[in-house]
Amino acid sequence: MSLDHSFVGRSYPPTAPYQVGREKIREFATAIGATDPAYHDPEAARSLGHSDVVAPPTFPMVLTMAASRQLIEDPALGIDYTRVVHGDQRFAYTRPVVAGDELVCVNTVEDITSRGGHEFLTTRTDVRTTAGEQVVAVWSKLVVRGEA
Amino acid sequence: MELPTQTFRVTRADLVRYAGASGDFNPIHWSDRTATKVGLPGVIAHGMFTMALVGRAVTTWAGAPDAVVDYGVRFTRPVVVPDDDEGTEIVVTAVVREVTEDGLTRLDVTATCLGEKVLSQARATVRTAI
Repeated sequence: MSLDHSFVGRSYPPTAPYQVGREKIREFATAIGATDPAYHDPEAARSLGHSDVVAPPTFPMVLTMAASRQLIEDPALGIDYTRVVHGDQRFAYTRPVVAGDELVCVNTVEDITSRGGHEFLTTRTDVRTTAGEQVVAVWSKLVVRGEA
Repeated sequence: MELPTQTFRVTRADLVRYAGASGDFNPIHWSDRTATKVGLPGVIAHGMFTMALVGRAVTTWAGAPDAVVDYGVRFTRPVVVPDDDEGTEIVVTAVVREVTEDGLTRLDVTATCLGEKVLSQARATVRTAI
């Protein structure tokens, strides 16, 4: 099975809004051992100019991984998820994610290449507020390992 | 300029906690049976957990929890986490590659486990001076 290269450039419809919760940010920060008060205490975050607690840099993965099911479960694109290895990951921020954000993800297939019997799928996920404000762009490169 | 080394201990309990918080329940991160079946030496850390720990190092160097404007890595080698109290350790270092005219600091980051690089092309841009 291989990926359909004609999907390059294709965007999927925006995902259902994700409500960023204060407790979810605290839970995530605790799980990675991030103790900075701005991740836990709204007052500390406000003193930095944010409306509520700030999410650590890799927090958007909570949303974008769920959003990537759009691609993984698209039989036409043809990802065999049992062969997928995470290759690269990048976040480019317009502003930090904060509790209270209502975010949607727009997935775009940016690139598909084949090399050495493996396939490489680069996706870009634009994370925006429901009002259309860009918050962070997230790139993931997935390696679909060839059959040995 | 080289920045102070930061180390992070990783145990199985950390992986379970991260799985719950992130929603990534792939069994290679908690089941030796599954991990060895797909050819791994044993349970490995989520790549995104390693990336999150390195992100902590970056925000610590930056001196601000909200300083990261760009952060990317390539996962090159799995972090194997033994089922014992010690787990393993990730060692993170960085050098300042560039300070831009508009005040951004670009870092080249290195993360190793047992002396081997686990990330490559790990780069972060923060909006603070370091």
